[in-house]
Amino acid sequence: MAEAGAGTSTTFNRLPGEPTLEAIGITKDFATLRANDHVNFSIKPGEIHALLGENGAGKSTLVKILYGSLQPTEGEIRWKGAPVTIPNPAAARKLGVGMVFQHFSLFEALTVAENIALALSSDTSLADLKKKIASVSVDYGLPLNPDSSVADLSVGERQRVEIVRCLLQEPELIIMDEPTSVLTPQEADDLFVVLKRLSSEGVSILYISHRLEEVRAICHHATILRHGKVVAECDPQKETAAKLAAMMVGAEVRHLSAPPAVAGNAPIRLQVQGLSLPKPHQFAVGLHDIVLAVKGGEIVSIAGVAGNGQDELFDALSGERAANRPDAIVIDGTPVGRRHVNVRRKLNAAFVPEERLGHGAVPRMPLSQNVVLTRHGTGEGLVKSMIVNFNGARDIVARVTRDFDVRKGSPDPDAGSLSGGNLQKFVVGREFDRKPGVFVVCQPTWGVDAGAAATIRQALIDLARSGSAVLVISQDLDEILEISDRIAVISKGHLSPAHDARGITREEIGLLMGGSHQHHDGEAHGN
Amino acid sequence: MAIELIRRPERSRLLSLTSPLIALGLAILVGGVIFALIGLNPIDALYTYFVQPLTQLWSIKDLIVKMTPMLLIAVGLAICYLSNTWNIGAEGQLAIGAIFGSAIAVYFPTAGGPLVIIAMILLGILGGMIWAAIPALLKVRFGTNEILTSLMLVYIAQYLLDWVARSPWRDPNGHNFPNSRIFSPDQVLPTIFGLRLNFYLAILIAIAAWFMLRSMLTGFQIRVLGQAPRAGAFAGFSRDRMTMIAFLISGALAGLAGICEVMGPLGQLKITVSPGFGFTAIIVAFLGRLNPLGIIAAAFVLALSLVGGQAVQIKFHVSSQFASVFQGVLMFLVLITDTLIFYRIRFVRRASSPHAATVGATHGNG
Amino acid sequence: METAEITGILLSIVTASMPLLLAAMGELVTERSGVLNLGVEGMMVVGAVVGFVAGHLSGVPAVGLIAAILAGMAMASVFAVATLIFVTNQVASGLALTIMGLGLAALIGDRFVSVPGLGLSRIAIPGVSDIPLIGPLIFGEDPLVYLAIALTIAVSWFLFRTRAGLVLRAVGDNHGSAHALGYPVIRVRFLAVLFGGACAGLAGGYLSIVYTPQWIPNMTAGRGWIALALVVFGTWLPYRVAVGAVIFGAVGILQFNAQGYGVNIPSQFLFLLPYLVTVVVLVIISRNRMLLRSNTPACLGQSFVPDR
Repeated sequence: MAEAGAGTSTTFNRLPGEPTLEAIGITKDFATLRANDHVNFSIKPGEIHALLGENGAGKSTLVKILYGSLQPTEGEIRWKGAPVTIPNPAAARKLGVGMVFQHFSLFEALTVAENIALALSSDTSLADLKKKIASVSVDYGLPLNPDSSVADLSVGERQRVEIVRCLLQEPELIIMDEPTSVLTPQEADDLFVVLKRLSSEGVSILYISHRLEEVRAICHHATILRHGKVVAECDPQKETAAKLAAMMVGAEVRHLSAPPAVAGNAPIRLQVQGLSLPKPHQFAVGLHDIVLAVKGGEIVSIAGVAGNGQDELFDALSGERAANRPDAIVIDGTPVGRRHVNVRRKLNAAFVPEERLGHGAVPRMPLSQNVVLTRHGTGEGLVKSMIVNFNGARDIVARVTRDFDVRKGSPDPDAGSLSGGNLQKFVVGREFDRKPGVFVVCQPTWGVDAGAAATIRQALIDLARSGSAVLVISQDLDEILEISDRIAVISKGHLSPAHDARGITREEIGLLMGGSHQHHDGEAHGN
Repeated sequence: MAIELIRRPERSRLLSLTSPLIALGLAILVGGVIFALIGLNPIDALYTYFVQPLTQLWSIKDLIVKMTPMLLIAVGLAICYLSNTWNIGAEGQLAIGAIFGSAIAVYFPTAGGPLVIIAMILLGILGGMIWAAIPALLKVRFGTNEILTSLMLVYIAQYLLDWVARSPWRDPNGHNFPNSRIFSPDQVLPTIFGLRLNFYLAILIAIAAWFMLRSMLTGFQIRVLGQAPRAGAFAGFSRDRMTMIAFLISGALAGLAGICEVMGPLGQLKITVSPGFGFTAIIVAFLGRLNPLGIIAAAFVLALSLVGGQAVQIKFHVSSQFASVFQGVLMFLVLITDTLIFYRIRFVRRASSPHAATVGATHGNG
Repeated sequence: METAEITGILLSIVTASMPLLLAAMGELVTERSGVLNLGVEGMMVVGAVVGFVAGHLSGVPAVGLIAAILAGMAMASVFAVATLIFVTNQVASGLALTIMGLGLAALIGDRFVSVPGLGLSRIAIPGVSDIPLIGPLIFGEDPLVYLAIALTIAVSWFLFRTRAGLVLRAVGDNHGSAHALGYPVIRVRFLAVLFGGACAGLAGGYLSIVYTPQWIPNMTAGRGWIALALVVFGTWLPYRVAVGAVIFGAVGILQFNAQGYGVNIPSQFLFLLPYLVTVVVLVIISRNRMLLRSNTPACLGQSFVPDR
């Protein structure tokens, strides 16, 4: 534990009192990976305690152990000073530990009340429960209809269900896993009000996030994990975001080379005009009159909260779903709105979907076959008279592996055996390798470590500067602000006009995420 | 004690190759236990079942006769299952194929020669394709579950066959048996080196299918759409088109198997063209791990289980249906050993009460 | 037609629907938990033969029925171990179960083919059972008919009014979340599969002990498959499944009676009617995608392996 350098908790001005929960020497081993390595950590009553770390640092594993979903290989958990075992989530809830999940753990087919009933161990009748839900939701300003089906709720409402569900268990410790990742900045502010109120009532909150600004704003204390170990503890309000980031990644974050301005007369390479599509199914979002142009040489980003039409827009751009009319999407002057995905690829367009496994790659196929997946119809000679040249595909794997530092156990392993970050590098690298003229990429750095993220972002910038049009669809506002020339925001299937990235603030993007542009389009920051 | 599955970091190469053999070994073991339970000497019975049929030329020939239709059908089914299309109605497609092809022999009893034989085969293939196209179209057009429709069509096809063989096409000189007239010698498949043409055809088709699945873009499409339909759409492959292709190919091969039975071992259209080849072929496909070359071997093993079943019936008076039990057990074991390619099993001691687990009790494993 | 004749037809429709209703109700619960067991036909036929043999040996119909239930559960447990513990493909495993079941039933029933069976007397309440038309129909059925109706009500109540039913639906809707909340997904599914096996076994026992009191190889004749179709037809709702079962029972009976009335088409075309109706019904129901989507268990047919 020598590298837990910042010292023990006593050196900080922490809230008084015995810790609500203490973890001592928690270690968790998976098959080949030590996800947690002798983690020590404690949380006091009324404390909002941030758990910081990169993807894969071991935050989720630790949280699952505290909530009883996983059992530690070694170590001890103390609840108000007494050693306890938490064999399952029901036991955790009994102790007084509640959890709000990152990917909602709700049941779509069930009602709000039924969803909440499932998380309560007591045998309260559904009628009583509905009354309780009503009172709690009024009390905390979280309006909910207990009888509505979860399938019909928005993302923000779903989180409300999770929070109310958690509050009804009257927990003394609430674990929140990336709660704001699905919220607009304004919705997040509302959440913070609830959190502060809970904190003032003496509830401990373990707050997991990689959004350093909000951690600095609301958390009293922070524990930082790296490669499964506690590397530091601090009072985040006394640190800069840059310092926190440095503690997370273990080095100063590399800065990208500043993008020079795009020539005004650069050609439009990807043009979207009047793209409208009905929702493909009940739980999806329809697209409404999308207008967008990406010039050669620039990076345009589309920000927005998940589930606002990003997937549907991507499917229309890639050609997996035909657009309403041929000229709704134009690539290098060719109307392709109703053309096949491989026709678009032949026009030297490339696409990276958000979901890596199952959409961007086939898990139980080797990487070489996953190369064929997107490059069989590009006219590169991987398929000649119906015969697939898998050797050629293996050469491409070798090239992508080298260029993007994909770490793998054997020359051509199954895609599903790669770690999330390495698969991401492969899926992005597979398309980069073609030097696409139009590049549409969703969440380009999802799940990769900071070093690789910088590599990918730099590659995106370099690609754009070589004359390609790059369109990034991302929910990571930091990333968008870092690499974009222009930024548009998608909300409920409407796309705002693209704004110059240098002239727009987080708050303005936040307002657009909440849908403000649908009422006064174009008022803010025209170019 | 409880069993837990732990995902392997990478698939087990060893098990990928040996899993069908392990499953077969275990199934034979289970078969021995069942024989013992019935009160037979398991060694004797197993010998009669699995070894004796291989000791005589005539029974080896019988084996090959029985494996041929299963091989043809299973190759088609493998293409279906690899593409995640669930055609379980091959038995019905076989029956319709047999009816279609027989039409020529029934209506033109004097016609004969290579062209007529080819026409009969093509008509048989067409019949199987038409019958398979029904569930495929219903699936593509209305989203109707193909498992249930393809199976229901088996019953319908069998009643159609029953009607045809008993009423309009019954042999007037056939003493009222539910058979068509016996085909003339130049309406049946020729024999080459003592084996009928359809056997060689089946082997060639299996090899062609193997090559197609391994090296051709169509084979790649089949596998991608079967494993990850979303990724298939991203690659530009059409799920609906694949459903049609898979059903049509498997229907064609089942229809071919059906007409070849009629033009081969049977020599006439009967109410029972097949003793369930269409269902047994499902097991053949899985035992062959959906690989057409593996399916050649698997068809041989399943044919052995049929011939052996008869041998045991004759010698020990055990119902020949023992073969179905053996096949079902074998299929379960094949599926389970397939899982072990991707997962390791671990035995854990269940704690006596849910709260008794202590921290650190679960064992790490490196 | 005479009243007695109509009563007779209606009675036979009810009894013909019962095996379908029992098997479908079991499969409904299994599928609501997220498991697709295509082996209904196999479990049913083993239930039929074991029930018949046990009834024959003991001379007591109830013993036969209980044996049928246990046999169905034994078959279901094979499927449950394979699909839930060894996460085998549910479709393929269901087919294996049916193939195995048909073989096993033939093997067990080999020596019982022409043995006379037991039968089960109908309940007769003096007075009310003699009321024309509705008397025998409502008060004069065999006990299993009342059991099947009670089962339908009980399943509906269980699924939508009890906490355990809520948990079962939750497991079928989203197994990952149910696991995260601490519900034992695999155990819940195991029990649901066993319940499905018990119902299918009882349905088989009904065939061989009550309906046609004798053992005939393959006597289930695709009823297990029709029960599977009924669950889809009923969009996973018990009362709709019950209505469907009666409709299919009626199709089966009309097919027999049509022959009696001299309808001049070959018998084969009447015999294939239930299967043809099944296809048509499946097509009609699958066109209504909204209805299917809102009730289909989201995890149906998917394997679950928890993180450890």
